[in-house]
Amino acid sequence: MTVATSPAFRTIHPRVRKPRPALMRWYRRNERVVLSVAGVVLFFVVWEIGSAAGFVDKFFFSSPSAIATAGASEVTKARFWDDVRITALELVVGTGASVVLAVPLGIFIGWYRRLSLTFDPWLNFFNALPRVALVPLVVLWFGLDWNMKAVVVFLGGFFAIILPTVEGVRTVERHLLDVSRSFRASSRLIFTSLVIPGTLPFIVSGLRIAVGRVLAGVVIGEFYAQTQGIGVMIYKAEASLQSDRMLFGVLIFTVLGIVLYESVGAAERYFQRWRPVREDEA
Amino acid sequence: MTIDVAREPGQHMALSARGVQMEYRDRQTGHRLLALERVDLDIPDGAFVSLLGPSGCGKSTFLKIVNGLILATAGEIKLHRVAKGREDAMVFQDAALFPWYSVVDNVAYGLVCAGVSRKEARSRAVPYIDLVGLKGFADKYPYQLSGGMQQRANLARALAVDSAILLMDEPFASLDAQTRELMQAELLRIWTAARKTVLFVTHQIDEAVFLSDRVVVMAARPGRVIADIAIDLPRPRSLEMKQTPEFARYEAQIWKLIAHQQPSDTAPVP
Repeated sequence: MTVATSPAFRTIHPRVRKPRPALMRWYRRNERVVLSVAGVVLFFVVWEIGSAAGFVDKFFFSSPSAIATAGASEVTKARFWDDVRITALELVVGTGASVVLAVPLGIFIGWYRRLSLTFDPWLNFFNALPRVALVPLVVLWFGLDWNMKAVVVFLGGFFAIILPTVEGVRTVERHLLDVSRSFRASSRLIFTSLVIPGTLPFIVSGLRIAVGRVLAGVVIGEFYAQTQGIGVMIYKAEASLQSDRMLFGVLIFTVLGIVLYESVGAAERYFQRWRPVREDEA
Repeated sequence: MTIDVAREPGQHMALSARGVQMEYRDRQTGHRLLALERVDLDIPDGAFVSLLGPSGCGKSTFLKIVNGLILATAGEIKLHRVAKGREDAMVFQDAALFPWYSVVDNVAYGLVCAGVSRKEARSRAVPYIDLVGLKGFADKYPYQLSGGMQQRANLARALAVDSAILLMDEPFASLDAQTRELMQAELLRIWTAARKTVLFVTHQIDEAVFLSDRVVVMAARPGRVIADIAIDLPRPRSLEMKQTPEFARYEAQIWKLIAHQQPSDTAPVP
C-alpha cells in the first residue's frame, strides 16, 4: 500500500460513530418535543418567578399561578359554562354554515367560467371589505343574540373558504380533464374523480385562513354585543380589573384555535395521503 | 366532420380517415391557420402505424380528433366497430395519472367511465397491471412511481378498456434515453400479447422505425402527410436491430424527407 502511505496523498477516512450514552440517544430521537416543551415551560417559569419577585407587574400581567387559580374558580360557576356553551354555539353554527355554503357554491361558481366572471367583483369586494365594519349593521339586522354573532363568524369563514375554492376549481389540471373526456366520463364522475379531489388542497388552505377569521369574528361579535360568551367574560373581567380572569379567557380562545388548526391539519393529512410527504412536514 | 363507426363486417380497416382538415382562426389577427390539410390515412386491423413529424405538424391534433377530444373542421374518420367496449383509447403524453388514485384505481378509470362498478373495474384492471410489468405496485400512488412506471400505468389504463385501437401520443417523450429504449421494447412485447391496432405519434425517427409496420411522415404549415413508408423489418424485433444497416437505411430515408422541409417551419401551430 505505497499509495495510501505516500505523503503526496491525503487519505479520507470513513466516519467512525462513537456509541452515545442512552440519555443522549433518547434526546436525539425526541429533540423536537423536548425543545418545544422546554420553551413553553421556561416562559411560564420566568413569568411566575418574575411576578413573585416583582419584575413583572402582577396588576397588569398577572402570573401563571394566579391564572390557574382564576380558571379553577371559573369552572365551578354555572355562568362560565353558559358562556362556553354560547360561544361554542356561535362558532359551530357560524363556521358550519360558512363551510356548508362556501364549498358547494365555490365549486359551482368556479366550474362555470361565466358565473365566475360575474361573481368575481363581488367576491373580491367582500373579501377586501373589513368585516368588522359590518358588525353594527349585523346588530341592526339580527339584534344582540347569539345568532348575530354567528353571522359575524359566518362572514369571516365564508369568504376565506369560497375564494380559494373557486380558484381551485378554475385551476383543475387540463390534461387530467382531457383524460376524463377521452374516456367519456360522465359529468358526475368528472366531479367526483377530478374536480373535488383537485380542489381539496385549496379548500383546506381556505379552512386554515377561516380558523383565524371565525375566532376573530366570535370575539369581536361578543365584545360588541356584550350579552353572553367567553368574549363577554374577558370584557367584564377588564371592567373589574381582573387580569387573571381576562388571561384565562384569552387562554380558552388560544386552546380553541390550536384545536381547530390541528383538526384542519388532520383532515388535510387524511385527504392527501396521495401526496408525497415533504421534508419540512416530516 | 363526422366520426363514423363502420358496421360492415369484412372491412379490415381499423381506422380510415378521408380529407381530415383542421382549421383555426387566430383570434387577434383573424387569419386562418391550417393545422391539418386533407389528411387521408388507412390503418389495417392489428397494424402498428406511427405518425412522425416535427412539432406543429398536427400529428397530436389528428390523434385527438380520432379520440373525439377535438372536432375537425372537415373530412371524416371511420373506426371499425367492436362488439363490446370502446373503439379507441388514448395513451397520454405526460402519463396524466390521477395523483389521488392508486395505480389500480388509475388503471380501472377507463372502465369506471364506461359504467363498470368500481369493484369489478379494479379486478379487471389487475391482469393489465401485470401485463405492463407493474405487478406488486397496484396500491402505490403515482408519486411513488418512476417516470417509466407511470407510463406503464398510463398504457395499462388504455389497454384495460379493451379498445380495438390504441392511440399513443408521444408516450415516451419525457423519459430519459435508456428508459425510453426499454419502454419501446416493452411496448412491442405488450403489443404482441394484446394484439391491438396502434396509432403511435412521435417525433423520434428511430422510435417510429423500430416500432412500426408503417411510418407516416408529416410536415408542418400546413400539417400534412408527405410520405407513407412501410418498414419491412422482421418481427419480433429487439433493440439490437437498431444497429443493423437496414434500420439505418430507413432512418436515413426518413431523415432526408424531414430535412427537406424548411427548418423555420417548426414553430408550433397554436
